[in-house]
Order: sequence, then structure tokens, then C-alpha cells
Amino acid sequence: MSEAHDYFTGAQAPVMVPDAGLGSARCDLTVKGMRKSFGKGQLILKGVSFSVHQEETVALIGSNGAGKSTALRCALRLIEPDEGTVDLFGTTISDARQNVLRRSRTDVGFVFQKHNLVPRVSALTNVIHGNLGRSGGPAGWSQLFASRSLRQQALACLERVGLSDHAMKRADQLSGGQSQRVAIARALMQQPRMIVADEPVASLDPVAGQEVMDLFHRLTKEEGITLLFTSHNVQQALDYSDRILAIKRGEIVLDAPSNSLKAEDLNEHYG
Amino acid sequence: MPDRFERPGILQFIAYVLLAAFVIWSFQGAGWSFSALVSGGPAMADFLSRTWPPSMDRLPQLSSALVETFQMALVGTIIGIIVSLPLAILAAKGLTKQSFVSRIFYSGSRLLIALFRTVPDLVWALVFVITVGLGPFAGTLAIAVDTIGFCGRFFAESMEDVEKGPSEALTAAGASKVDTIFCAVIPAAMPSFVTTSLFALEKATRSSVVLGLVGAGGIGIELKVAMDFFDYQLAMTIILMIFVLVLLVERIGSIARNRILEGNTQ
Repeated sequence: MSEAHDYFTGAQAPVMVPDAGLGSARCDLTVKGMRKSFGKGQLILKGVSFSVHQEETVALIGSNGAGKSTALRCALRLIEPDEGTVDLFGTTISDARQNVLRRSRTDVGFVFQKHNLVPRVSALTNVIHGNLGRSGGPAGWSQLFASRSLRQQALACLERVGLSDHAMKRADQLSGGQSQRVAIARALMQQPRMIVADEPVASLDPVAGQEVMDLFHRLTKEEGITLLFTSHNVQQALDYSDRILAIKRGEIVLDAPSNSLKAEDLNEHYG
Repeated sequence: MPDRFERPGILQFIAYVLLAAFVIWSFQGAGWSFSALVSGGPAMADFLSRTWPPSMDRLPQLSSALVETFQMALVGTIIGIIVSLPLAILAAKGLTKQSFVSRIFYSGSRLLIALFRTVPDLVWALVFVITVGLGPFAGTLAIAVDTIGFCGRFFAESMEDVEKGPSEALTAAGASKVDTIFCAVIPAAMPSFVTTSLFALEKATRSSVVLGLVGAGGIGIELKVAMDFFDYQLAMTIILMIFVLVLLVERIGSIARNRILEGNTQ
């Protein structure tokens, strides 16, 4: 059993399967005992613990409202968790000051379900925004003020997602699939060690969704980027991940290598 | 079958009655009189007959005053917009950090904007005539202050209303608050900024005419003198010139609004 599971303290014991030789690999992200509630007693996360190893692709699955998105947001403190610790690349960020937190976040590219591009500005400017964590200020606000090297870097990221010919197109005039690819290019601009993707294909049609997942797969494997993604699609989770975590009613109920699982094993964790 | 209307409770009913009574009392307080309206008709016809034909005697001087009026409106609006932007950022809920100092800035900027907005521009003009003297500068300052109040409020509200997703994405990428505001919030609020700014210019153009009445420059003083000397033909010329100016500003504003909102890519 992987060391990463030892700290699990949830009420319901998760199903754990011996990992695929990742026990000694460095953990890029370690979440321990994370709890989060909204409003009066609406407990969304009930002591969630999990880890993601270097260069590993992990799928977090679960039904609507199970706590997937909240877990990801709490892990990067986009939402402040009530309890729990988070180690990101060896730095404990759960109680870190804002400047430390910001520095740690620059190594993580976050891709959202609805891409969250800035509308009315070009795809190129949106990608340049990915560099804001490393170098803020007016030079990073728009391609109008950006240096030549920054523009070239952003264009190269667009090239990697196959959209360099759409660089000057307004973000709100791109299709859903194109927008998500620009969001991935923005994440790549961060030169991330890890990408966290919250249901990245949920709002796309099956073909565009497949393209985006293939793109994730190619980029993460080619460049050794760790990937943590959430999905509703069991088959997609099996196809694209090394390991699967299932979350149900705010608790991790499964943590196992993907090659040891079948779609039927995962379907029971919905509902 | 459900009732078409819910029967009001006793307190709700009393509130409706009191409201209706207050509205009726307000008509009385405002001196509303249909008889005075009817009897004023001939006087209005007499006034209009004495304004025709408009006098062209002082057209060059009036044109110069009209240009000055628009210049006051334009400069006052530009200064007002520039000052209102940082104030609006401080006054927008949830945009700055949640600290004691930022809460003081938040309350202070909201109070300032409310003060600038609620005191009428004519009062500001009177204040600035006393402080900087008669002339267009006093009018320009009055318009700037009024614009800060107008734009400050609407800029802040439009920034509060923008979709939070892009800001969250940039925060997740490690961007600072300032970068997030300039990269995600302001571009998303830009259509509203443009619309509000052009409305502010239209409003300022109308205001700049009235400000002249208290000596704050522009064509307003010409109108006051013409009315005081019963030179109604000259007054009509001035009214028509103001009408054309306001119409032109509104029309150009509308075209500019559409062009800018269609927008170039940045």
C-alpha cells in the first residue's frame, strides 16, 4: 500500500490497491485531512486526504456535489479550507503567507471547466496572462505592452495547442474547444510542473472533449508534467489516468491504479 | 384555481394606503394645477411667437461660447473619468484585499463618491465660482466632480458584476490582486465603462449649459442675459444651438459606443 494513504482518517475506509510502483516517487501535491463546509453545517469535504506523485496522471471522479471542485480549489487555497494541510512541491501552503502561496501557484496550471478566459481580449493576451505569477505589471497585462520574447513565448504555447493562427482572435469569438485549448496554452505559459484541470471537457462536445484530453495526455507525457483532473466520464478517467481517486459525499472512497479497475467498479461511486 | 392576487396583510394594506396618500399630497405640495396649465397655454404661444425668427446678430460670439461649453464638458468628463477609476476600484465590493486598511479605503471612497453624486452640479459650480472665480474653469471643475460621482458609482457596480471566473483563473496562476484587476476585471467591465463614460459626456454637455447661469462659463450666461433683457429671439438662437450640440454629442456618442463595443482585439 502506498505511503500516501497512511494518513487517511475518513470515517469510511477507502478501497486501496497497491500502487504501480509510485510509492517512492516524490509527491507534488499532498492533501491531508481537508475539511470544508459552506453555510450552516453544509459539510462538503469531510477530511479528504490524497496525494499526487511527480509526473503521475490522477483522475478524481465523483457525482455532482461530491466535492471534486471544492477539493481542487481548497488544495490551491482558491477557497480557504476549514481544516487540513496542503503540501505543494514540498512547501506547506495551507498556512503560508500570500507571497509564498502566489509563488507556489505559479508552478501549477489550473484549467477550469468553463476555460475562464478574459473575454474581449485576444487569445495571445490571454496566454501572456499565464506569466503574471512570475512577472507581474503592465508588461504582462496585454500583448500590446508585452516584450518581444514574451509574445514569442506565448505564441509558442499557442502553437503547442495548435492555435497559433488564432493568436489575434478575440477570446469570446473562439469555439468551446478552442477556448479550452487557449486555457491550456495559458497554463503552459506558466511552465508548470503540474496541471490541475477541473472537469476540463464537461462543457465540450465529445469530439472536442476527446481532442482536449488527447492534448493533455500528449503534453503531460511529453514534458513530464503531473496532471490531476476531475471527470464525470468513467471511461475517460480510465483511459487517461495512471490512478483514480473517487470521492463520494465529501470522502475519498477509492484510490487505485487505473489498470486495476474496470468501468463497472467506478460506476458504483456515482449517486 | 389559485387567486389572481394574494390578499395583502393588514400592515401591507396600511402601507399601500399611506403611500397613496403621500403621492396625492405630493401633487398638492408640488402645486400641480391643470387650470394653470391650460391658462399658461396662451402665454407660451405668446412667448414662442416673440422668439421667432431667431436672431443671427451675435452668431460668431455665440458659436465661440458654445465651443467653450463643449470644451468644459469634454475636459471635465475626461478628468472625472480618470479620477473615478481608482476610486471605483477601491469602492467595488470584493475587489481589494479583506484587511482593515482596505475596508477604510472602501468606506472612504464610497462616501466620497456618494457625496460627489448627491450634491447637484449647480451647487458644485457655485462652490467653485467662489473658490476659483467666475469662468469656465469653475464649470469644468463642477463637471469633473459630478462625473466622478456618476462614473465612480457605475464603474464600481460594473466591476462588482463581472464574471469571477477569469479573475479566479489568474489568481490560480499566481497573479497579484492589481494584475488581476487590470487583466481580468477591467477588460470585462470595459463595455460598461465605455457606455457610462459616453453617457457622462452627454450629461456633462447638458449640465455645462446650465452651469453658465451661475457664472461658471459657457453659453449659459448668454442665455441668462438674453432672457433678462427680454431678447427672446436671441434666446431662441441659443436654445437651438444647445439643442443641436446636445443632439450631435448624443449621436456621435451612440456611433462611438457601437464602434468601441464591437471593438478591436488587444
